[in-house]
Amino acid sequence: MIIKPIINNVSSATQPWWKVFYDFSPLVRSVDEGIRSSMTPFWADATELIIVGVLFLLFYAITGLFLVYAERKVCAFIQNRLGPNRIGPYGVFQTVADLIKLLFKELIPIKNADRFLFNMAPYIVIIVNFMVLGAIPFAKGLHAIDLNIGIFYIIAISSLNVIGAFLAGWASNNKYSLIGAMRSGAMMVSYELSLGLSLITMVILAGTMQLSEIVEAQRSGWFIFKGHIPAFIAFVVYLISGIAETNRGPFDLAEAESELAAGYHTEYSGIKFAFFYLSEFINMFIVASIAATIFFGGWMPLHIGNWDGFNRIMDIIPPFIWYLGKTFCIIYLIMLFKWTFPRLRIDQLLTLEWKYLLPVNLVNILIMALIVLLGWHF
Amino acid sequence: MAKIENEAAYGGAEEQNEYVINIGPQHPSTHGVLRLVVTLQGEIVKNVQPHVGYIHRGIEKMCESITYPQIIHLTDRMDYLSAHMNNEAVCLAVENALEMEIPDRIKVIRTLMSELTRIQSHQLFWATYGMDMGGQTCFFYGLRDREKILDIFEETTGGRMIVSYNCLGGVMYDLHPNFRKRVKDFIKYFRSIIHEYDAILTGNIIFRERTMGIGPLTLDDAVSFGVTGPSGRASGFSCDIRKHAPYSAYDRVIFNEVLLTEGDTYSRYLVRMEEMKESMNIIDQLIDNIPEGAHAVKMKPVIKLPEGEYYQRVETARGELGVFIISDGNKNPCRVKFRSPNLVNLGVLNHISKEFKIADLIAIAGSLDFVIPDIDR
Amino acid sequence: MNTTETDMARFSELVKALVPEAEIHEGKQFAEITVPPASLLAAAEALKENPDTRCDYLINLTGVDYGTELGVIYHLGSSKHGQIIVLKTKTPERANPVLESVCGIWRTAEFHEREAYDLLGIRFSNHPDLRRLFLDDTWGFPLRKDYVDDTNTAANGEDRE
Repeated sequence: MIIKPIINNVSSATQPWWKVFYDFSPLVRSVDEGIRSSMTPFWADATELIIVGVLFLLFYAITGLFLVYAERKVCAFIQNRLGPNRIGPYGVFQTVADLIKLLFKELIPIKNADRFLFNMAPYIVIIVNFMVLGAIPFAKGLHAIDLNIGIFYIIAISSLNVIGAFLAGWASNNKYSLIGAMRSGAMMVSYELSLGLSLITMVILAGTMQLSEIVEAQRSGWFIFKGHIPAFIAFVVYLISGIAETNRGPFDLAEAESELAAGYHTEYSGIKFAFFYLSEFINMFIVASIAATIFFGGWMPLHIGNWDGFNRIMDIIPPFIWYLGKTFCIIYLIMLFKWTFPRLRIDQLLTLEWKYLLPVNLVNILIMALIVLLGWHF
Repeated sequence: MAKIENEAAYGGAEEQNEYVINIGPQHPSTHGVLRLVVTLQGEIVKNVQPHVGYIHRGIEKMCESITYPQIIHLTDRMDYLSAHMNNEAVCLAVENALEMEIPDRIKVIRTLMSELTRIQSHQLFWATYGMDMGGQTCFFYGLRDREKILDIFEETTGGRMIVSYNCLGGVMYDLHPNFRKRVKDFIKYFRSIIHEYDAILTGNIIFRERTMGIGPLTLDDAVSFGVTGPSGRASGFSCDIRKHAPYSAYDRVIFNEVLLTEGDTYSRYLVRMEEMKESMNIIDQLIDNIPEGAHAVKMKPVIKLPEGEYYQRVETARGELGVFIISDGNKNPCRVKFRSPNLVNLGVLNHISKEFKIADLIAIAGSLDFVIPDIDR
Repeated sequence: MNTTETDMARFSELVKALVPEAEIHEGKQFAEITVPPASLLAAAEALKENPDTRCDYLINLTGVDYGTELGVIYHLGSSKHGQIIVLKTKTPERANPVLESVCGIWRTAEFHEREAYDLLGIRFSNHPDLRRLFLDDTWGFPLRKDYVDDTNTAANGEDRE
């Protein structure tokens, strides 16, 4: 009853149906109108929430599985081996098989563990992931909530991740886990600063915190080109602290395999472990997609000033391909780091943050403010 | 159950704010069943008590009831990465006791095999050390090249890791016809690719920061603790048996004893990297000069050692291996003692890792390059 | 490294001066010095401190069961000179053999002595931390010649309690 008007609406006479890939807003609007016209406002809200939730769940699972597969292939590529190649063509169903195995594994109850906190920790991590994902613009019009303080919201929510790691480490009643949790606490709290400050540098350039407007502001060129030197510095700082935020190598001290067995999730098994594992990958996705949005224009195609011909050619590629392409390029970069570098030590990690990244960042903000003030950007 | 003699050694944390964690017996970075009881204050290591014996098989006790040719094949199971050198030590001890004359061909073959074993052992060290430091790619690079040496072993000896190639009076089988060519190919290949090792780990700024100045061992301490092998030589302790008491064909090759003076984790690592190159030089000198002849001297079916005490030292990839045989004239030894380099090197761990971080402890333990079955025997 | 005749004579004189009660003879490979347990520590110290011997490196420490006596054999090397000197001591006491620990002279002796204690039951007084190394506390001393193990032998086939 609601499907028909939506299809009619989207593929009207004025534009063919595939135009929707360039701008999702008519589709989203007509779905919204269809739902609202057929039920009371309360039930309409509820239905929309459920649809968005299911979509995100699907997206979460598929992205997670794909990233696990991609990581294994990338690391195999770097390490002179083939990687998964038995289940399905090129082993694409390997991660699905792994997931099924994890689902069937026994959830081992830990004696003397704090049961409530122990069970809650993986969910906190997952919930935080979802909350951040909701604020990310995937394509034009494909955006769950477009807050006017989008960046602020993302910085604030993503720092809640540390609670999950902390609870897991504390509740496990295991010394390895506790050391891992303490490390992740020290690390995330410190790197939160650099992460926030490097984003603020870009907010100064953009003049807004709303993500859709930030993307729109890059119509005439991505910020990494527009803001030249300070933007590039901010990007490097963001990338370093973003990797640290996601607990990935070379900053994977919280789960340092060779020191702490598995760090804060040593005691988790089965699907609860899978939650931590998956959330690490989704975190990486989030970090990469924020980088893509802020520095590389999000779903905005590569535009150069007023070269109309060039810009029009670039516009042929749909925005969500641009978005995914940029995001996966950055993810590939992050994976390269992990498989190339040895791990840092905790004191070196904190030295890097407090003695180098933070001062660089503060100076960088000043430079950026100066450049914006004098109009030296493009 | 008898009373535990020293409570503190079993991990009684005496100071306030100290706590104890067990690293091992099952832990990713102990490379086997070593258990380190670590007293920590925060992340700082205050005390390390190694607990060994998880795979103690009583090899010395077993040796007392078996014959000399049988002992050789037990020794493979001690330091399984230096299996050939362990064999050689027992062979040399018995052959010297019998005052046998060993033909040059056998000596050269043994030396070649020892040096190949040393290279593959150091390759595995490099691989696992990279992994201990968190750089997992090293592991696959190291194993990729080690495979080539294991293939050479397999062709000639039939074994890949536990080769059991030595026997009293020679070696089990003659060299495979391909041996010379394949060794040459390997040396050529490895010379061209060893720079990758430096590129991915040695030159990495994180790796250098993690290892330089960590776990320093002075020369005096190295001598007092008897730390031999690459770990001892990194502190300047000139302890290469190949130089000081040459056996097999080491007296006819020219090579350098790699000596550094810093004694930290980084130099222990560097010594091994340099030793791989020295080993390749030794192989270069010998591979074209393998004398013709039989691959083994004919031995009597029952071998009895004249009464007395015999000590033979051999340089394995981890240090000085000593075989001490007391014979009472029978076909079984009266007492056999293996001076295992790993057990002795383990003794220094507590001394050099105090006041460093827990991550450094892993780096230090990795740089001492333990093979646990050799500790326990 | 085998000592020549004149070297041996000179060496004997040297050691006699350091430890009067030592017996010196040339073994098959190395010079061997046998001392009674009471003067073990003095002999070890003298061999280490004397500039002509400088035995600062304890290569190996072996506990031996001679049947009637228990003994310890020290192989002493030197980082300055190349020679190896063998130092031996024996104790007739089998029930509770006690020897001086040489941990204070060579720190490597700590693990060696723990091993000798573990496998032969030789106690070393003044050892900083004399515990069994490999086996647990309920075992006998397996390298003794009179060791009979009813519970752990494979022929018996029964698990230890």
